[in-house]
Amino acid sequence: MSDQARRESPLAEFLAAPRKADPATGAGVQISERPFLGHINLRGDPSEKRFLEAVEGAIGVALPLEPNTVAEGGEISALWLGPDEWLLLTPPDRQRDVVLTLKAALGDTFAAVNDLSGGQTVVRIQGTHARDVLSKGCPLDLHPRVFGPGQCAQSHISKTMALIRQIDDTPTYDVIVRRSFADYLARWLEEAAQEYGLAVIAESPT
Amino acid sequence: MLLISCPWCGPREESEFSYGGEAHIVRPKDPDALSDLEWADYLFMRNNPSGRYLERWLHAAGCRRWFNAERDTVSYKIKSVYKISDPAPRGDE
Repeated sequence: MSDQARRESPLAEFLAAPRKADPATGAGVQISERPFLGHINLRGDPSEKRFLEAVEGAIGVALPLEPNTVAEGGEISALWLGPDEWLLLTPPDRQRDVVLTLKAALGDTFAAVNDLSGGQTVVRIQGTHARDVLSKGCPLDLHPRVFGPGQCAQSHISKTMALIRQIDDTPTYDVIVRRSFADYLARWLEEAAQEYGLAVIAESPT
Repeated sequence: MLLISCPWCGPREESEFSYGGEAHIVRPKDPDALSDLEWADYLFMRNNPSGRYLERWLHAAGCRRWFNAERDTVSYKIKSVYKISDPAPRGDE
């Protein structure tokens, strides 16, 4: 029975009515969701070589040790969350395999692997004015001189905690939030983006 | 609004942080051996200087690490930040 349950992304209701921007102004900002990705929280001691090697062997990417950076390898991204904490993003439905592989590789190494996939989602905001919209509610310095592709940072957007990662120079940002805050964030972004022309896109970007 | 430098994340706005009170308060090794007065002193009594103050901060909305800061309570200027395991910086005065 549970296999047949239809799963619903945290933004299902928000995305149910896609919105097009006013053709006269164009869309300065596009909002979409990358639902059902695998979110895995990984903790361990980076001064322990065995830990770093086991993780790299298991997921095919070396954990980023520089604060607020992202390492990408194959289909997995590793985002720095803290000096001993990372978030691994996997393609949809791959998290179980990755967790099992990680646990097997880590063995009795001092580490923790937790699957958070059901508790978080990724809101994508892109377009020429994406930076302006985020800056209305986020205290991070998002100026390209300071924050660019390959970097990530945890902060807050209006009243929700968020992990923000820049994907490209469009600019495109992926905002990782708790699922219970996703709808709030999307509606806040929708309002903040009104003046730039907003398109809400239902289908998820790749 | 203060701009506070997290030892890991660099300068961030105060709204990302939460305050943790005076730093370098050491928990007594044997609380049972303490008198009520000494225990109350450990729990509640804090310095309230005008000037240099060593205090704890938590980068709550960021990397969620505790660290210590050396702040001037008059000017609000944060002179230095250091990891919680580091010894207290020497004061100039």
